[in-house]
This record gives sequence, structure tokens and C-alpha cells, in this order.
Amino acid sequence: MFDIRLDKVTKQFGNGLVAVDKADLNVGRGEVMCLLGPSGCGKTTMLRMIAGLEWATSGDITIAGKRVNDLPARERNVAMAFQFYALYPSLSVEDNLAYPLHAENLSKAEIAARIARVSEALDLKSILKRRPHQLGEGEKQRVAVGRSIVRDPTCFLFDEPLSRLDIQLRQTMRTQIKEILSRLDKPTVIVTHDQIEALTMADRIAVMQQGKIEQVASPHELFSKPTNLFVAGFIGTPQMNLLEATLTEVGQPNSGGVVAAHFALLGENISATVNGGVAKLASGSKVTLGIRPRSFEFVDPGSTDALHAGVDIVEPMGAEILVHLIEKGADMRCVVQNNVMLAAGDRVAVRCKAGQLHVFDEAGNLVG
Amino acid sequence: MERAREIRAIGYAGWRRTLGAGIISLAYFFPVFYIIMTAFKTRPDALAMPIKFFFTPTFQNFYSVFLRADIQGGGTTNSGFGLYFFNSLFIGGTSVFLALIIGTSAAYGFSRFPLRGNETYLFIILTTRMLPPIIAIIPIFVLFRIFGLSGSYTGIIALYTAFNLPFSIWMAKSFFDDLDRDIEDAARMDGSSEWSVFRKICLPQVYGGLAATFVFAVILTWNEFLFALMLTGTETRTVPVAIARTIGGQVGVDWGLMSAIETLFIIPVVIVTFLLQNQLLRGVTFGTIRK
Repeated sequence: MFDIRLDKVTKQFGNGLVAVDKADLNVGRGEVMCLLGPSGCGKTTMLRMIAGLEWATSGDITIAGKRVNDLPARERNVAMAFQFYALYPSLSVEDNLAYPLHAENLSKAEIAARIARVSEALDLKSILKRRPHQLGEGEKQRVAVGRSIVRDPTCFLFDEPLSRLDIQLRQTMRTQIKEILSRLDKPTVIVTHDQIEALTMADRIAVMQQGKIEQVASPHELFSKPTNLFVAGFIGTPQMNLLEATLTEVGQPNSGGVVAAHFALLGENISATVNGGVAKLASGSKVTLGIRPRSFEFVDPGSTDALHAGVDIVEPMGAEILVHLIEKGADMRCVVQNNVMLAAGDRVAVRCKAGQLHVFDEAGNLVG
Repeated sequence: MERAREIRAIGYAGWRRTLGAGIISLAYFFPVFYIIMTAFKTRPDALAMPIKFFFTPTFQNFYSVFLRADIQGGGTTNSGFGLYFFNSLFIGGTSVFLALIIGTSAAYGFSRFPLRGNETYLFIILTTRMLPPIIAIIPIFVLFRIFGLSGSYTGIIALYTAFNLPFSIWMAKSFFDDLDRDIEDAARMDGSSEWSVFRKICLPQVYGGLAATFVFAVILTWNEFLFALMLTGTETRTVPVAIARTIGGQVGVDWGLMSAIETLFIIPVVIVTFLLQNQLLRGVTFGTIRK
């Protein structure tokens, strides 16, 4: 069913560094999978192992039902667009596009037809005769994408495809790549450290940290149900607030799978309706509460059952305002509409919107 | 900021500096100019004091390079210089060409498929370049005798090839090291064998650098005197040796003739350098300007 399958794939380099640690990953036909993580998390190494540019130390890599561990890159029929485009500097754009086709022993007419099709789709017609060094960043990117889709490979790999483009180009290219990929109906793996890129382009995202895949989920699920503290803190801007608290009292979950719970948080007693799984924790357990900056709602400063804090810094972000709240040494980020009038030094009371409180246990895993 | 200003200043040095540079260049070029001038002078003009800058030019010296007037009778004798020029071109060209082919292949190997102790091998190769060549002359002379290579093209070409190899390997390796590996990976993914990666992707990127290496090696070989003197025979004599042999004799030094030979000797180097000047510039600055 899955076109790319990684089964307990490990990569250990000669110096002992484990870049990828027992990674399991499946990418289906027509699915766009993003590998997302901070620098050095092993995402590029994983991509290069699928490509055949690095050998896996152990585990199985299967592409289109065939185990490819022992196949060199040129026999895997995988197309890859590189971060720095890796266009062939001594060849014209046209010859760059034709290069992958030579290996397929196609007729001249067929090669010309394929190049025409790709240059049409990516608007490369006017630059076919130019050399890579005569191209702008956006054009180079389009040629790199063109060169990867000109063939009929088993899957597509993109390494940080948009990282070198300016913001405007990035948005147009993002849409363009997404559109092209949706037509190709091939499994695609995209490596990125930019979560906006991942959230917008991917069908599913694999979040990686230190060689391990922390969570594989759809963008929506990743955002609404981060499986552990790393994913919770990594996905979403501004970052999710992670506050240490103690579970003081918890009831029995109702039929809707939720439960009323009380927490001691920053010296105050807060009640919230949370995931039913919390009922399994003993009262008195240490937990970490995750609240997204947009999950706060402001309540009357005199309210009980709310978090009281002082406004520290106010940062306008256009349509919204980022407010830093500070209380007992804990810094909380909170995003509000730009019509809310706040000044540094104000005392406010906030509450987490119903159903948007994430509870993590002592080990840092989501309770649920 | 400081740096930006300096970059902008290139090409806009102002007339003062340009003039200064011009005068210094003239001073350096003057001996060469003087040789070329003397080549066109008659014998009395060449020896005249003070130096004559205005004279009636003659091509007699150039004729004499190849055909020498007999001392008795009106005939001429072939001086052998045609052969010597051919020898210099043939020996120099072949050996440098060979050194580049072998050196480039070796350098690619050293750069892309490093051996255990790669650096040590490279250092050993470099040390052959550190020794003053004269140290090796006796063993080489003896070896040439034993193998009957003295006076043969094979011998001197093999020797020059060996002499140019370390330089070619080190230059070419630095060019290959500077290349973007992603481009090669891309070619591999596009179905290229290791050989096509080298031939179609890597090699075209270092042509400029190789051209520079070619020029340096050609100049070095073209000027080589010591080994040529010891190891070439009458049939394989190169121009530097032949020039040395024209000094002396019963009639003193014929400065006009000598200058004519030297002028002819300079021409091929000038042509090669001018033809490849763009590549030369790119070759020596290779790796310093990136992306």
C-alpha cells in the first residue's frame, strides 16, 4: 500500500554519531510527507538514504515494493531536488533538463517533448538556452524542480526546496510545487526546517529530533494533539506555553471522553475540562500544561478560577498583538486581536479556552 | 564597509596609481623589449653605444637562426634550429599533456575516493617537488644510461611528465575539492555512472583551472635547461640548450642572432598565455569566488 517504506532504519556514521535512529516511516502513493525538525535532527540524512546517497547502517528501505538498500542512487529511479539546486553549471537549462533523460535511452523526439512539457508547466521557455549562473534564485529553483519531474521516477525527494527564496517567491513556489505534486500522484518526501512550509505543503508531517521520529501526523493533528513536549514546543508560532503544574483533583470521565480537573498552577487553583485520559493520573501528579498563545481568553481581572498575571511586553504583529505575561518567573506568550488595549504593567486575568488545554505527564508525553 | 570600498576601488585606481603601475611595468618589460629590439638590428647597430633606439630594422637575424651563412663560399647551412623548436614544442606539449591527463585522473581519485593515509600520499607526492632537481640528476643520468633513454624522446618526455605530475595533481585536486558535491549527487540520481559523473559533470567544471595548470606547466617545461642539457642528444635537443650553445665560438657572441632566437622562443608562450588568459585568471582565483 505504501510506496516508500522505512523499517527501523538506522544510520550511524564512521565517527559513531547516530544520525537516524530506528526510524519507521511510510509514504503512500500521491502523499506528500514532510520531514520537519531542527538542524542536525537527521532529516537530510534520512532523505539521502532514501535517495541512495547514504547507505543505511541497518533496517530496510523499500521503494515501490522493492528493497533498495543495496542499490546505488542511479539504479533507484528516484528524483531529488537539492537545497542549493545542484544544477549542472556547464550545461544550459535545456541540457540540464535533458540530462536525466539520457539515462533512460529515450529518442530525441521524446526528450524534446518531455522538455517542452516541463518548461511549459514551469514557465521555463524563455530561459532554456541560458546557463545556471545567468539565472535568478527563483528561476534556478524552477529548473531544479523541472529536472526532477522531467523523468518518470518512483518518488520525489525535495531537500529544503524553498529555503533560498525570498518570502514572496517562496509563497508562489509553494503553491506551484503543491499543484505539480498533486498532479503527479507519486510519493513525495520534503525535508524542511520551516514549519509553515511543512504545514502548508504536507499531507502528513514527521517531526524529528536527534535522529528519532517523534510524531507522524497530519498538520491538523500535529497542531491539535502534539504527542509530547518536543512536538508541542516545536509546532506553532508563537510557541506553545508550557507551564508546570500539579494535578490536585480529577473526576470521572463523562460519556464525551472528557473530565473535569483542577490544577495548582502558579499558586492559583485552576479548573478545566480536559481529555479523559487525565483521570488515570493520581491526584498530586506533576504535569505540564500546554496552552497555545491563541487559546487564552481574557476575563474580568476580579474573576476567580483564572490565571492572574502582569503584562510585561506588548509586541504588535499587524492583525494581532503578541503579549508577554509574567507571573512568578513564568513567561507566557499570548496572542490577542489588535483592538485589545494593553500596556506594560497592567494586571490581567486569563483563562484557557474550553477544550484547548494540553496535559503532559511527568515524562513529557501527552495524556490521552 | 571598508571591504566594500576596496572592492569598488578596483578599476578606479585613479591616474596617479595607474601611471605608477605603468612605469613599474615598463621597467620590468624593458629587458624583454630590448631583446626584441636587438633581434631586428644589424650587428653594428646591436653593438653601438649609446643604445640606438632608432635604426633600420632587418630580418637578417631571423634568417640566420635557421640558415647560417657559410664562412667560405656563398652557400648556407641548416643550423638545426627548426628541429630544436620542433623538439621544444613536441617534448613540452606531449609531457604537459600527459601530466595533465594522469594528474587529473589521480587528483580525482585522491579527492573523491580517498585512500587510507590519503594525506600522506599527497605529501609524499609534494616532497618530490620540494627537492632541488639537481640532487636527482646523477641517479637520473645513470638510470637513463642503463635503460638507454639518453638522447631519446621517450626519456625526456617521461622525465618532464614525471616532473609536472605533482604540480598537476595538487592543482587539479584543489579544483575538484572545491566543487559542489550536491551536483555530483544530482548526476548520480539522474542515472549517471561514476565515470559519467567525472567526465560530464566534474571535468567541465575544472577546465578553467586545468587550462591555468597547463600554462604554468608549459612555461616550466619550455624553460627547462638542466635536464635537457644532460639528457638530450643532437636529435632531441631543445631550444634552451641550443641557445646556450650559440654563446661562444671564434667570432664572439652574435647578439642579434641570440636575440632573434629568444624572440622566437618567447612567441609560443605569449600565444598560449593570451589565448588562455581568461581561464588563467579564473584558474588562479578558483575557489575564492563562490556562489
